Amino acid sequence: MPIIAIRIMKKHSVLILGAQSDIAKSIAKKFGENNYNLVLAAKNIDELKIQSIDLKVRYNIVVDIYEFDVLKNENYEKFIKNLKEVPSIVICAIGFMGEQKENERNSDLRTKVLRTNYEGPINIISELANIYENQGYGTIVGISSVAGDRGRSSNYIYGSAKAGFTTFLSGLRNRLAKKNVHVLTVLPGTVYTKMTLGLKLPKIFTSYPDKVASDIFKSIMKKKNIIYTMGIWRLIMMIIKLIPERIFKKLKL
Amino acid sequence: MIKNLKETFISGWGGYPTRKTNMVYPKNIEQIQNEIKKGDLIARGNGRAYGDSSINEKNTISMKYFDHILSFDDSSGILVVESGILLEDVINTFLPRGWFPYVTPGSKFTSIGGLIAADVHGKNHHKEGSFRNFVDWFELINSKGEIKRCSKNENSELFEWTIGGMGLTGVIIRAAIKLRPVKTCWIKQKTLVAKNIDQTLDIFEKNMNATYSVAWINSTSNKKNLGQSLIMFGEHASIEDTIKKNILHPLKSRSKKYMSIPFYFPNWFLNKKFVKLFNYIYYLIGKNSSKEKLVNWDDYFYPLDSVLEWNKIYGRKGFVQYQCVIPLNKCKEGLIELLKEIELSKASSFLSVLKRFGKQESKFSFPMEGYTLALDFPVNEKTLDLLEKLDEITLKYGGRFYLAKDARMKKEVFKKSDTRIKEYTNFRNKNDCDKNFISCQSSRLEL
Repeated sequence: MPIIAIRIMKKHSVLILGAQSDIAKSIAKKFGENNYNLVLAAKNIDELKIQSIDLKVRYNIVVDIYEFDVLKNENYEKFIKNLKEVPSIVICAIGFMGEQKENERNSDLRTKVLRTNYEGPINIISELANIYENQGYGTIVGISSVAGDRGRSSNYIYGSAKAGFTTFLSGLRNRLAKKNVHVLTVLPGTVYTKMTLGLKLPKIFTSYPDKVASDIFKSIMKKKNIIYTMGIWRLIMMIIKLIPERIFKKLKL
Repeated sequence: MIKNLKETFISGWGGYPTRKTNMVYPKNIEQIQNEIKKGDLIARGNGRAYGDSSINEKNTISMKYFDHILSFDDSSGILVVESGILLEDVINTFLPRGWFPYVTPGSKFTSIGGLIAADVHGKNHHKEGSFRNFVDWFELINSKGEIKRCSKNENSELFEWTIGGMGLTGVIIRAAIKLRPVKTCWIKQKTLVAKNIDQTLDIFEKNMNATYSVAWINSTSNKKNLGQSLIMFGEHASIEDTIKKNILHPLKSRSKKYMSIPFYFPNWFLNKKFVKLFNYIYYLIGKNSSKEKLVNWDDYFYPLDSVLEWNKIYGRKGFVQYQCVIPLNKCKEGLIELLKEIELSKASSFLSVLKRFGKQESKFSFPMEGYTLALDFPVNEKTLDLLEKLDEITLKYGGRFYLAKDARMKKEVFKKSDTRIKEYTNFRNKNDCDKNFISCQSSRLEL
């Protein structure tokens, strides 16, 4: 008897960690627009609820929400276990910059910056990476920062955590490339978001969340490895990295 | 965590005046309520009022993060949104599904909360009225920090004072507005040419059943050509109209490239000679181009939006908009006197727009049955002198002024222009709004 396979048209879904950030919100819209279902995770469940209603009305998609605090160690496995299903794309948009001057003096704040940008994302992504490795497919996107490319006095504590995160992603890509798992490192330059409100940003080099989101979407589709957004930041950081340390240390950057 | 930016300098869209403020970016209702407890604040949407309506020198509350859609009923067209969402977002989301706002101002980069607070009008006021007519209900946080749901039947007094009340009754947080079902995203536009003010008014009056109508008026014309204009009428195009033009997807917008003005033009750029030449050429082109055509919604309703940051053309000093309305029974005399005064002065209005208003309900909205003239000028002494003269003429003919555009009116003029002010002030005093919801404009006008 011939077996008739009925293929139910299933939508792909995307897990967004730190879904309340401005860049993450734009990413959610970008994927919604392209008919993906969404799984959103963030600290504040009430705000997530409103965001999910908005996305459902706009795009007629399924949106699941989960409360998730990256600073709580015991969370990671439980969080993954609670998911209805593990989406095959995960985007980590978790980040916290704080203020450099405060980070220098206050150890609680400093720890928060380090754990939010480095320890937390690495723990949760590692768990998901193991799942993707076993199943033999998946996409991991980490939003790091150009601040991690070279330490500058104006934000090196945040920058050093991001540098660690970038290095982690690079190693992870090296490990998983053989296992059909795609790892994308996103290095945004300055972007107009809640994080940078009130900072003086160089207008021509500063991007918008929507633009960053669409760059990320395209790069996932094209299976890129490392992207700078805006692209000009690749050049800017190349120059910054080329400055000899004995000169660099005297600069005000 | 609530972001709080001390000592930011902000202005309205006109770039004049600029004031120092403390910008606050709440992310939830509770944070707004906490700000209200401190008192003395004003809510700000996208900052597209031209003058100082959405600036408070102590606390300016940005509604930027209240930009969510909460529900949409596609049988009734009722859309529920948070107040900080931009009209552009609403249109981009719902026009492809066949819905468009009933009333839209000349810019889509305006927030729904702002549209309610200014009770904006569009090119269809003569037929369909102001934005108010399509507000089903809204929710507002009052001076006690309570959330009040307001509609024509519920808390109706607060509803009516809030509409057109310039944000001085509380912070609007959510609103339900009715959208218009449309079959296409195209507008059938017809342009008529009027040689003078008599013809202009005549054409308006004879076409009262057109859905949209607006006149571009050449404010540099004089004598027998005074009031020379191009009057543009519009109707939502039907499917048949688009088929005739080989448009295959009638609801699909063309992806539009936005131009942006990267720097401030020098302050002298928009001088009288240039404006005169521009207006003359514009008139000639309009006169000789095809009379009936299909125009995309974006080009029809928001021609200026296609040039981002167009306000920079006026230079760093900024520009002032001026919009007044003259009641119908004295409109011709009033308009002639206004136009003569402008023509005689050394100041020049780059774009001048004339529009017929229909009847207006509601307590404090700007429109009244008559004609409204909107002008814009670069900020300088000549301009400010001229505007004071225009104020006097408007008062003489019993007209009044649009607060969403005002940046410089004197309180004496304002008080003479409107008999409703006293009642509004009483309402505000009674409800403690006068201590809590204050803008630079309301202080200046003692509203």
